[in-house]
Amino acid sequence: MSEPDPTLPFSTRLWFAWACFFRVLFDATFAARAFAARTAPEQLPPPSSSRAPTSTPLPEHDAPKSIRSVSKASEKLPAPPPADPALQLLALLQRDGRFIDFLEQEIGTFPDVEIGAVARVVHEGCRKALHAHATITPIRTEEEGATVTLPEGYSPSLVKLSGKVQGAAPYKGVLRHRGWRATDLVLPVPVKGHDSTVITPAEVEL
Amino acid sequence: MSARYVVGIDLGTTHCALAYAPIEEGESTAAVEVLSAPQLVAQGTLDARPLLPSFLYLAHASEGPQALPWDAERAFVVGEYARSRGVDAPARLVSSAKSWLSHAGVDRRGSILPLGAPEDVEKISPVEASWRLLEHLAEAWDARFAANDPSLALARQEVILTVPASFDAAARDLTVEAAGAAGIENLTLLEEPQAALYAWTLARGDRWRKEVKIGDVLLVIDVGGGTTDFSAIAALEQDGALELVRVAVGDHILLGGDNMDLALAHVVRQKLVAEGKEIDRWQMSALTYACRAAKESLLNDASLASAPIVVAGRGSKLFGGGLRSELTRDEVTATLVDGFFPEVPATARPSVRARVGLTQIGLPYAADAAITRHLASFLGRQVGAVEKIPGFTPPARRGDAGDRAPKLLHPTAVLFNGGVMKGTALAARLIGTLNAWLSADGAPPARVLEGADLDLAVARGAASYGLARHGRGLRIRGGTARAYYVGIESAVPAVPGVEPPITALCLAPFGMEEGTSATLPPHELGLVVGEPVRFRFFGSSVRREDQAGTELDAWKEGELAELSPIEITLPAEGRREGDVVPVKLHAAVTEIGTLLLEAVPVTPQKPDERWKIELGVRAEG
Repeated sequence: MSEPDPTLPFSTRLWFAWACFFRVLFDATFAARAFAARTAPEQLPPPSSSRAPTSTPLPEHDAPKSIRSVSKASEKLPAPPPADPALQLLALLQRDGRFIDFLEQEIGTFPDVEIGAVARVVHEGCRKALHAHATITPIRTEEEGATVTLPEGYSPSLVKLSGKVQGAAPYKGVLRHRGWRATDLVLPVPVKGHDSTVITPAEVEL
Repeated sequence: MSARYVVGIDLGTTHCALAYAPIEEGESTAAVEVLSAPQLVAQGTLDARPLLPSFLYLAHASEGPQALPWDAERAFVVGEYARSRGVDAPARLVSSAKSWLSHAGVDRRGSILPLGAPEDVEKISPVEASWRLLEHLAEAWDARFAANDPSLALARQEVILTVPASFDAAARDLTVEAAGAAGIENLTLLEEPQAALYAWTLARGDRWRKEVKIGDVLLVIDVGGGTTDFSAIAALEQDGALELVRVAVGDHILLGGDNMDLALAHVVRQKLVAEGKEIDRWQMSALTYACRAAKESLLNDASLASAPIVVAGRGSKLFGGGLRSELTRDEVTATLVDGFFPEVPATARPSVRARVGLTQIGLPYAADAAITRHLASFLGRQVGAVEKIPGFTPPARRGDAGDRAPKLLHPTAVLFNGGVMKGTALAARLIGTLNAWLSADGAPPARVLEGADLDLAVARGAASYGLARHGRGLRIRGGTARAYYVGIESAVPAVPGVEPPITALCLAPFGMEEGTSATLPPHELGLVVGEPVRFRFFGSSVRREDQAGTELDAWKEGELAELSPIEITLPAEGRREGDVVPVKLHAAVTEIGTLLLEAVPVTPQKPDERWKIELGVRAEG
């Protein structure tokens, strides 16, 4: 199936308007569908429209753009998940581990000693927050560097093959990364009426 | 309908926790679970955590409602957000509610907290502060379990609420009052060290019966965030079976892990100040937090020489403007191990701060930070605790020391409780010091009961005790940990400047069990109808022989401690105002575990006429 153009040329629109005029007048079912379609696109903007406003304004970053280009390749992807849990996670990491402060400051001019000291604060806080809200376990229990055998029917989503990728399972290879898997994740929830886009409020001391 | 769960609530000075287990018929071993309590952890953010920090923040109008899933309009915050918000705005924070509840020097039903709050803060009483904490737990429970089934509401379950063993009759009464305000009616009180022991037996399963033998004296050392509590529990033989009896409890000591963190923060602050840095209140709080983490790693890993302390800048710029220092092993040893657990002889006693004329109303924090001195004092005072217990045979002492009278109570095993005792270096020092005392007194060394869960033990143990009351598992007997006395002024001609001598009339003997009554003392007191009449009130944790009616003209220094006064108001009903009515004072211990004092008229005007006597009345300073 060829991909429909997000915008239609004027000539097509003129013809379509005439066609619709008569079908709406004489075909009750089509009229009902056209009536419903009148409001539908505003609720669900197509992921491919490059600067369409999303339900939650996200900061302008590279990452969301690349997500959009991926979704353009395949129209059948479901709508992106709501941004709230992600914002909750950012707020949590900022609150407990100053994560956003850490990423948003240019660190080029600071000596490694200072960066190391701050990294302790961020590491300790983020780690505590992570462990309190998620259970993350290694996918493989063997030591990295150990030789492992992948039997027939192993899950390719759990184990990624690299190097000379050929033939059929069982595979024998060296474990390079144990992998991580979230076995449990419970995020804080916003109370009704709370603006989740506020990751941390500004503070004024009186 | 009968309760379906037993619920143990640890109403702590710094944290609260709730554990529960289903009540099942038969011998099935129900698992004790801990409730994750939903609470605000930041503005508008809800999270469920097993511990509910015992902090209450009275929000400013500009902050808007502090909505919870079950109340969108709440004006105050309980829990984690209250604690962190309290660092930003300390004048609106109520903390240590439990310590205020046991502070006899203030009106515990009066709106006094937070101390020194600005005028737009609607102050609350110590009772209300505890009530709000319990209310939050009750609401969290109901939201989780009773949303569709009202019979599962907390108000309809069997609740075991823990109190420090050292809580006197008035503090227990006020705790029950706070629980009642929070809707908890089906209630029993349990002493925290006993709860810790129940939790230990729960964690050990059947193995514990091999680890505790008849003749053991178990010393429970509970060092929490804000308080330290000692109890002694004897293992004796009753009808051929092992029975545990709590034989002694210590005084209420306001000293705990928070003091230690603060002490370390001051050490680091000194170093930073010496480098010319200035530390503000926010940094001091962050410094205390960083010191707690450093303390835990240094106390538990003997290979570390020092732990770094970093306080990042307060603004959005993390780099530049931060504070960097370190805490060395020597500093931790000097400050904590030697500062809070010094090696002292068994005869050492805590120093008492001299009374100053102008004292600010505040919590009566321990003047001496040395926990070992407080322990020496407890064991020394309780030297006779197991002397006259039927069925108890203390272990033999070494030959050469056996002839001398013992100088202290001889524990044979120690159970630690409270997060502080996770520090292995602290536990080792405490045991080492105790065993030095025992050795000098000719007694065998005490062993440590291993395998205790130090953080949630009290709540779990309380739920476990709830199950034990349904016939499963062991029960610790104990009864009241004090004998109670009313002070009666002798009728002697007044001498200016000399207080009239006072005699102490015993109303309730030591060790009264729940649901029992003391005998009616023969003494009559005259009460004036329609006027509140106050009596001085005393407790003794060492006089085990006195019976109701025993009258003391003199007692040894420190044997009797004065408690907050008691008050009786006789209603004018059926009598003329101003008349003097002769009454006798009668004591009973309720099923809940509180002391009930009543005035019984010698010539009643209707059957079973009696008036309740108010405990926990503010002392007039």
